[in-house]
Amino acid sequence: MKYTEDDLREELKTKEYEYGFYTDIESDTLPIGLSEDVVRAISLKKEEPQWMTDWRVESFRAWQEMIEPEWANVNYVKPDFQAISYYSAPNTKPKLDSLDEVDPELLETFKKLGISLDEQKMLSGVAMDVVIDSVSVATTFKKTLNEKGIIFCSMSDAIKEHPELVKKHLGTVVPQKDNFYAALNSAVFSDGSFCYIPKGVRCPMELSTYFRINQANTGQFERTLVIADEGSYVSYLEGCTAPSRDENQLHAAVVELIAMDDAEIKYSTVQNWFPGNKEGKGGVYNFVTKRGICEKNAKISWTQVETGSAVTWKYPSCILKGDNSVGEFYSIAVTNNHQQADTGTKMIHLGKNTKSTIISKGISAGKSQNSYRGLVQINSRADNARNFSQCDSLLMGNDCGAHTFPYIEVKNKTAIIEHEATTSKIGEDQIFYCNQRGIDTEKAIALIVNGFSKEVLNKLPMEFAIEAQKLLEISLEGSVG
Amino acid sequence: MLKINNLHASVEDKAILRGINLEVKAGEVHAIMGPNGSGKSTLASVIAGKDEYEMTEGEILLENENINELAPEERAHKGIFLSFQYPIEIPGVSVTNFIKTAINETRKANGLPDMPANEMLKMIREKSEMLEIDRKFLSRSLNEGFSGGEKKRNEIFQLAMLEPKLAILDETDSGLDIDALRIVANGVNKLRSKDNAVIVITHYQRLLDHIVPDFVHVLYEGRIVKSGGKELAHELEEKGYDWIKEEVNA
Repeated sequence: MKYTEDDLREELKTKEYEYGFYTDIESDTLPIGLSEDVVRAISLKKEEPQWMTDWRVESFRAWQEMIEPEWANVNYVKPDFQAISYYSAPNTKPKLDSLDEVDPELLETFKKLGISLDEQKMLSGVAMDVVIDSVSVATTFKKTLNEKGIIFCSMSDAIKEHPELVKKHLGTVVPQKDNFYAALNSAVFSDGSFCYIPKGVRCPMELSTYFRINQANTGQFERTLVIADEGSYVSYLEGCTAPSRDENQLHAAVVELIAMDDAEIKYSTVQNWFPGNKEGKGGVYNFVTKRGICEKNAKISWTQVETGSAVTWKYPSCILKGDNSVGEFYSIAVTNNHQQADTGTKMIHLGKNTKSTIISKGISAGKSQNSYRGLVQINSRADNARNFSQCDSLLMGNDCGAHTFPYIEVKNKTAIIEHEATTSKIGEDQIFYCNQRGIDTEKAIALIVNGFSKEVLNKLPMEFAIEAQKLLEISLEGSVG
Repeated sequence: MLKINNLHASVEDKAILRGINLEVKAGEVHAIMGPNGSGKSTLASVIAGKDEYEMTEGEILLENENINELAPEERAHKGIFLSFQYPIEIPGVSVTNFIKTAINETRKANGLPDMPANEMLKMIREKSEMLEIDRKFLSRSLNEGFSGGEKKRNEIFQLAMLEPKLAILDETDSGLDIDALRIVANGVNKLRSKDNAVIVITHYQRLLDHIVPDFVHVLYEGRIVKSGGKELAHELEEKGYDWIKEEVNA
C-alpha cells in the first residue's frame, strides 16, 4: 500500500524493545539505600583488601559533597539514590570450568540475545568475560591469554590477584572526584573488567565483555580498566542489552584506558540498554565516564554504536599527553521515541604533534533528542596539533531534534582544526526513489541509515559490525512494512 | 502493455491530470510533450505510484491488471521503471550496492533467489560498457556529487540493469550535453525490444532525433490534446506550443 511520511513516523513510534525479557535468577541483593555502611558492606561482600575499602569510602565522602550535573541537553527525573540497591550478585557460584556448569536459565538468556557462548568460542575466537549483573560467571580463553602474559579478568579478581597493578592505575585517568557519577561509581562499583597487555604483546583476539542489567532496581556500576603496556596492542569490545523494565535503571560506569608509549587500544561499544517504551516510560539512565590517556606515540580509538537507553550522557575522551599520540572517536548514536542522548567526546591535546579525529553520526526519530557535545582543547605546549571533526545528523520525521555543541579551545597558534557538520532528513522523495526501484520502505530506511553510518560501521571489528547493523535496523524500523 | 483510462489526479486538491487516455503496446515508443505545467511529470509519478498525488478517477492497467492500489515497489516489481528528472542522493550507498539491492528485492518479490554474484558482476560490466560508464563511478555514493549528466546516465544504467517492461524517461535529456545525450539514447535504443515499451517525456525534439518515437502526444492542461507520429514533434519544435493552445481554446 501507499506509504507516507506520516506512516513512517507512526511506525517508528511503535517500535518496541526487542529484547524485553527478564531472567529469574536468584540473587544475593543488598537492601536499598546508600550510606558509608553500605559502601563498606559492598567492599566486605567482595572480600576486598583494606586499601580498596578506604578508596571507596574516600570516594563516597567526596560524592556526598557533589551536585548532580545539569548542563547536558536532557530532561529526566533525577534518580533517588536511596531507592537503589547497590549490590546484586547471581547466587550461582562464579567458579566454572565449562558452560555445563552455567545456570541453564542464564544460558537461555544468552540464547535469546543471540549470544551463544559456544558459538562465540568456536566461530569468532572471542574470549568472553560475561558480566551478568555484577559478578563474572564465565570466563573463556583464559589459557591462550595466559600464555602471552595477558591478564583479562573481572575487576574483583584483579583486586585480589593483581593488587599492585590496580592500586597503581585505578583512578589515574578518571579520578575519584572527576564528576558526580564517577565519584558514585568509585564508591560503589560492583564489578567490571580488567585487562593488562604486557610490553610488546599484540593481543591475538578481540577481548569482549557483555554487560547486562538484570535485577529489578539494581543500579549497575561497572568499572573497567585497560592497561596497554609499552608497544602493545589490544582491541576490546563491549556490548550491552538489558531486559524490559518499568522503573528507571541507573547505569553509571567508568572506563579507564591507559596506552603507554607506542601502545594502541581500540575500544568498541555496541550499547542497547532498554530505551523505555514508546510513551517514554522506563528505560535505562546511562551516565558514563570513559576516558583514555595516551603516552608517547600511543593511540586510542573509541568506536561506539549507541542505540539504547532512555537518557545517555557519555563522552569517551582522550588525553593526548605524549608527543605524536593519536586519539580517535567514531560514534553512531540512534534515538527513537522519547530517548535523549547527549554524547560526544573530549580530545585534550597536551603533547606535540598530537592528532585527533572525531566522526559523529546522530540519527533521530520519533520524539527523541540527539545532541553531539564535543571539546577539542589544544594546550599551549601542544605544537602542531591537528584535529578533524565531522558531525552529521540524520532526522526522521518532524518531532525529533538534532543538536550540536562543539567547543574548541586553542592556546597554541600552530594548531590546525577543522570542523564539518551536516544535517539531513530522510524524506519522502528518498523513500519513493528506493520504492520505485523495487526496494520497500523498511529496506530503504535500512539502506539509507547504513549508508549514513558507514564510516563508523567500517571501524568496528567484523562480527561486531554485523551485530551493530542489525541493531540499527531493529532500533529504527522493526515493525515497518 | 499499459492502458490508461480517463485518469484524473490531483495534488493538495488541485486537479493536475484531467482525463488522460493512453495505450502503449509492447515494442512501442511513445513521446509525451507539452508546455511547462501541463502535467507531464505528474503523469509519470502517478503511473509509478507516488503517494502525494491522489487519483480521483480512472484506472491504470498494466498487462490488463489494474494497478491503481499497488504500492510503488509493487509496481516496480511488475516491471515499471521511472527514470527520474531529479534523481536523489543516498550518501554512503554505492551505485553497485544500490542496484544489487534493487535487483535482489525485485527478484525476491517475484519468487526468485538472489542473483549469483558472478552473474551480477558480469551484467554490471556489460551494461556499464554499453553506457560508457567508468568502473570507478560504480563505487561512488549514489548520485552524491554527480554532475547532471552523470545522474541521468546512472538512471539509464539502472534501467539497463533492471530490464523493466515499461520504462518512463522523465526529462532524461535535461542537463545532458550532446555526447551524453547520444550515449544515453543509444543505451535506450539497445534495450528496446518487442517485449518492452518506452514512454519518453520531454520538452524538446532533440532527444527524439535519437530515440525515435512511434507516437507523439501533446499534453496540455492535464489532457492529451493531440496525438500523431514522429513528425508532430518536428512541427512542435518549429512552431512551439501556442498553436496547440489556440486550437484547444478555440
